[in-house]
Amino acid sequence: MTLAATASRPTLASVLASGSVLPVAIIVLTTILIWYAAAVPMNKVLTQPLIDAAGGGFYDTLSVSWSLPRPVLPAPHQVLAELWNTVFTVEPWRPRSLLYHCWVTLSSTLLGFGLGALLGIGLAIAIVHVKALNRSLMPWIIASQTIPILAIAPMIIVVLGSIGLTGLLPKSLISMYLCFFPVTIGMVKGLTSPDPMQLDLMRTYHASTSQVLWKLRWPSAVPFLFTSLKVAIAIALVGAIVAELPTGAQAGIGARLLNGSYYGQTQQIWAALIAAAVMSSGLVWLVGFIERQAARAMGTKS
Amino acid sequence: MIGILRRNPFAVIAMLLVSGALLWMMAHSVTAKPGLLFWIGVLLLWAAVWIGNDALSGLAAPSPLSLRVRNLAVPVIFGLTVLLLWQLAVKGLGISPVFLPAPSDIRVRFTTSFATLKADFIQTFLRAVLAGWAIGSLAGFLVAILCDAWGFLRRGLLPLGNLFAALPIVGVAPIMVMWFGFDWQSKAAVVTIMTFFPMLVNAVTGLQASGHLERDLMRSYGASYLDTLIKLRLPAAMPFIFNALKINSTLALIGAIVAEFFGTPIVGMGFRISTEVGRLGLDMVWAEIAVAAIAGSAFYGLIALVERAVTFWHPSYRSQKGQ
Repeated sequence: MTLAATASRPTLASVLASGSVLPVAIIVLTTILIWYAAAVPMNKVLTQPLIDAAGGGFYDTLSVSWSLPRPVLPAPHQVLAELWNTVFTVEPWRPRSLLYHCWVTLSSTLLGFGLGALLGIGLAIAIVHVKALNRSLMPWIIASQTIPILAIAPMIIVVLGSIGLTGLLPKSLISMYLCFFPVTIGMVKGLTSPDPMQLDLMRTYHASTSQVLWKLRWPSAVPFLFTSLKVAIAIALVGAIVAELPTGAQAGIGARLLNGSYYGQTQQIWAALIAAAVMSSGLVWLVGFIERQAARAMGTKS
Repeated sequence: MIGILRRNPFAVIAMLLVSGALLWMMAHSVTAKPGLLFWIGVLLLWAAVWIGNDALSGLAAPSPLSLRVRNLAVPVIFGLTVLLLWQLAVKGLGISPVFLPAPSDIRVRFTTSFATLKADFIQTFLRAVLAGWAIGSLAGFLVAILCDAWGFLRRGLLPLGNLFAALPIVGVAPIMVMWFGFDWQSKAAVVTIMTFFPMLVNAVTGLQASGHLERDLMRSYGASYLDTLIKLRLPAAMPFIFNALKINSTLALIGAIVAEFFGTPIVGMGFRISTEVGRLGLDMVWAEIAVAAIAGSAFYGLIALVERAVTFWHPSYRSQKGQ
């Protein structure tokens, strides 16, 4: 395998032509060009008098359309400037800083994700080991997901607030509620994935239930676990953002979105969206990275 | 006792009917703070319904009709038990309706505010959800065909599609409200964006799902690209496409409701939920949840029915006939 790879080492050009780097780059570039072009007609409602005042030439049209303070569609460099201003020029503990809001959202996401993953794994282990629970717990778990929790996040926050739970925990509970389901389903599948042959072998070794769990079931469930965790961490972030909407827009990415929409701060909305996208893909990447490390440590091919 | 139940379907049905009816009567007559004996009775009846339902799910079904009835009855009995226990717990423990209203209160609210619920349903579901779901799924499907025909586009768009599918897309709601106004069009736009990527990713995978042998056979027939697409690859992609349609049906409902939190005219399910929460009218919120759950399940079920008719050849349906 290694020999073949070194023998036909691909050149940079052939990698670019056959891989997905070049197509992705071209599509991203095209999107940015379309974005710039679209900013002109979309901002026309606001820019027309300004363009006429500036002389009405082509150059004036572009410069006015791409530098409005509250545009309908901000140009990419305006969003970047907003990101720069709110990330690097303000101390991260000030409410004006985007990093502060990211941290608020991230902390409740991670807490909810951790609680949800633990609950999901615990439920799965219980379901796999106690036959009666498989029949009695599964309907409840599936029924729990028929409630559109994101849609009623405001109610959950208010109800939990009325019994004295405020701040980080209610938001995390919504993330947890969203998280545990995919983890439970994936882990039940993973923990039951060993062959009957392998289970029989464990029985001939006279292995105890916990030995079967830790030496056979758990290792074979690890790939399923990480697949579920990737899904779970993405929806945990969505849950945390939506849960921030009804709290009176105090802090967090959700509050930032809502504030921007109230006061027409378009760049602020776009910057918050990009921050959310970076966090989401970063978290999924992190889980994937840990997955690769775990796979290497366990000696499996990744 | 369970052994007797396993062999005798009439005993199972009689046990379910009797214990269910008793539980129903208790739920209707319950007043605040009943005695310990009452709760022991509730627990015993609950256990009886549970054992009965468990036995029902294990009963042999001699005919396809009885199989279908049995498979429908088990989840319905489970759901009814949950509602009865909910009613008993709320009324018996005296839980404040500000915290959790009882099913009976929700039903009363449902009938008294039916006109409002209907208006919200039309605004959110019939306008925003259906339009956004249809446009987003169709657009995702068309782009998937383009991707399939043009490998360059596929290699460029698929990694981005996979990235976008994991992003918190609900966040574009304030931008869409700014662009398309407060009415349902902005919600439909959010739903369109949310449903586009799952369809794109699934349809591209599906279009590559047909086997090599089948494609070679088509080539040996001298079939054109269009013939191969319509007669082989689209049918082979149907299970994936329906999978995306089902995922999208749930995404669309949640997306439309959440998008309404960012600004809406004074009608719509999301608007009603957020304002009634502020007024502590939780029975109305739960009535909206009931509407959302019923509409969502019906929508999902309808897609599943169409799927069964279109992909009747798929192994997951063929194997069911033999059971």
